[in-house]
Amino acid sequence: MAVSTTIDKVAPDKTPDKTGPRRPVVYRSLSSDRKWALRWSYFFLVLFCIFFLMPPVYMLITSLKTSAEISADPATTNPWWVYKPTLENYVELLTSSQFLTFFKNSIIVAVSTVIITMLIAIPAAFSLARMKFWGSTTLATGVFLTYLVPDTLLFIPLFKMLATLRDWTGIELFNRWYVLLVIYPTLTVPFCTWIMIGYFASIPKELDEAAIIDGATWWQTLTKIFIPVALPGLIAATIFAFTVSWAQFLYPLAFTTSNDQLVLPVGIISSLIKGDVFNWGQIMTGALLGAAPPLIIYAFLMDYYIAGLTAGATKG
Amino acid sequence: MADVTLRKLVKMYDQVQAVKGIDLEIKDKEFVVLVGPSGCGKSTTLRMIAGLEEISGGQILIDDDVVNDVPPKDRDIAMVFQNYALYPHMTVHENMSFGLRLKKFPKAEIAKRVGEAARILDITELLERKPKALSGGQRQRVAMGRAIVRNPKVFLFDEPLSNLDAKLRVQMRIEIKKVHQTVRTTTVYVTHDQIEAMTLADRVVVMNGGVIEQVGTPQELYHNPRTRFVAAFIGSPSMNFVPCRLESHADQLAVRISNEIAFFMPEQKAARYKKLSGDGQLLLGLRPEHLTDMRQHMEPGCVPFDAQLEVTEPMGMETFVYFKMNGADMCGRVNPNAGALDGGPLKMAADLNNMHLIDAKTGLVL
Repeated sequence: MAVSTTIDKVAPDKTPDKTGPRRPVVYRSLSSDRKWALRWSYFFLVLFCIFFLMPPVYMLITSLKTSAEISADPATTNPWWVYKPTLENYVELLTSSQFLTFFKNSIIVAVSTVIITMLIAIPAAFSLARMKFWGSTTLATGVFLTYLVPDTLLFIPLFKMLATLRDWTGIELFNRWYVLLVIYPTLTVPFCTWIMIGYFASIPKELDEAAIIDGATWWQTLTKIFIPVALPGLIAATIFAFTVSWAQFLYPLAFTTSNDQLVLPVGIISSLIKGDVFNWGQIMTGALLGAAPPLIIYAFLMDYYIAGLTAGATKG
Repeated sequence: MADVTLRKLVKMYDQVQAVKGIDLEIKDKEFVVLVGPSGCGKSTTLRMIAGLEEISGGQILIDDDVVNDVPPKDRDIAMVFQNYALYPHMTVHENMSFGLRLKKFPKAEIAKRVGEAARILDITELLERKPKALSGGQRQRVAMGRAIVRNPKVFLFDEPLSNLDAKLRVQMRIEIKKVHQTVRTTTVYVTHDQIEAMTLADRVVVMNGGVIEQVGTPQELYHNPRTRFVAAFIGSPSMNFVPCRLESHADQLAVRISNEIAFFMPEQKAARYKKLSGDGQLLLGLRPEHLTDMRQHMEPGCVPFDAQLEVTEPMGMETFVYFKMNGADMCGRVNPNAGALDGGPLKMAADLNNMHLIDAKTGLVL
């Protein structure tokens, strides 16, 4: 007995206690970790999809209803259900010359804005990114700061400027769709220039040096090397410019008034809301039809757009 | 084919002088390598020759014409970059013919030149590929092809092999040498790798801190370095330096390293260094291959000494041994059968026929 006690006493002293209190270790495989990460991702993705798709779905539902059904009492009918689906709203809008005029104006304005924006932004970005000249860095920052000023602050000074310009030149600038071609680029050019500066800057310097040694002029370097190499960025900028000018509401509201000069977003509101009478069915139809062109463009150029937005993250 | 001459060439970045008035004459068909540590001004010099950097002072002449204000495209040069700088959206053929197409060469001539260059570089079957479908070595060949088709007066290489792995680098080094033997175009090649410099160059220009330390053939630089910098930079493992002073003993001259270690010099070295006798601020420079194991038949001028090894590195054909001599780190190259062991003693010999004495203050080899 005595012996065993001694051993009991001595043994722990000689071999230091390595066990001690421990946190239980749970070995989980990498794949099960990944599985859970995926489950959570899907959960939130689905949640956000539902949240963000709700309004367009409601628009679609409303556009398929008759006026009577839209104004039916929600206590007795389910507003999320179409009881008597009809294409009446679509037929009416698509056969009204007014809506088609808005649509045509919108397309002309958006496409022209994109062209004007690119013609200015690409050479601007190229010179700011590559031709080191006095003040180029400040100028590049200035371009970005311009973009940070909200357009709601700018439309009154712009209005004043255009009024002065009209008085000087005698060219009518108000209530004409083409005035938007002057105004929209003030929104799109800074941002597109900024995107393109980043894109051009990610092109290795040796590439233009090689081109210059090969005998290319600056212009040839831009058109034959930079534009093809930076095409994804160019497409991203194009989509941006198109979306901004397509969806712009405030400026056309302020600068154009008569029906033949309006673009789609303003046209729908001003022609389909009479006083306090809202023609909801047609408003929703118009909005859905108006959302189609950007959607189609996104669908075609989605891969490029994502490539464009993530460019610069890794050197490609 | 052309001469290139640099006269008092200066490059200033703000207030910093990156290149400090260098003079260099590169002869027609010569292969000159500019070598030096990063920031020594070698790339800047090359870029000034190319016309990619403005010249702050001095002159650059290509074929006796001052080209200071001539734009790169009119200098008739071609450059190969470290990262290849291939146009990613063009095929190999388009990459190589880009310069010719800009100069509106006839199609038949373009096809001929591209075909010829592709044949020299062995890339004929890659002509329709895009750069992203090529390996590093192939890309570098295409970059060289782009230079060759232009048939320029001067080739400029800016560290062209630095992005390749070690094995490929050796292979491409040989390729570059072959290409130069074929086309015989005046070449200026920049590298930080002294082995590349030694193996490729007709003449090596060692640069340091914006100045030229020494110009010479690889052998000259190796055997007769003019400064401590060149002595240390050329050769791998690099030269050993140990503080020493000279002592006269009767008619003999000795290098004293410490109270225990002193080496008597062979006659021709003694004659050379006689007038220095007594100067205390000296460094003894010995290359690793001149610190060997004791052999039975030692040449006169080889002095035995005992070394306490720290580390050995068996390379197969030989073994590098590292030890201390009066506090200075030394590296020797011994026979793999010499019995060199980590931490063990070794009987070694210093070959003073190949010694260098360096003024510790000025860094000049005496």
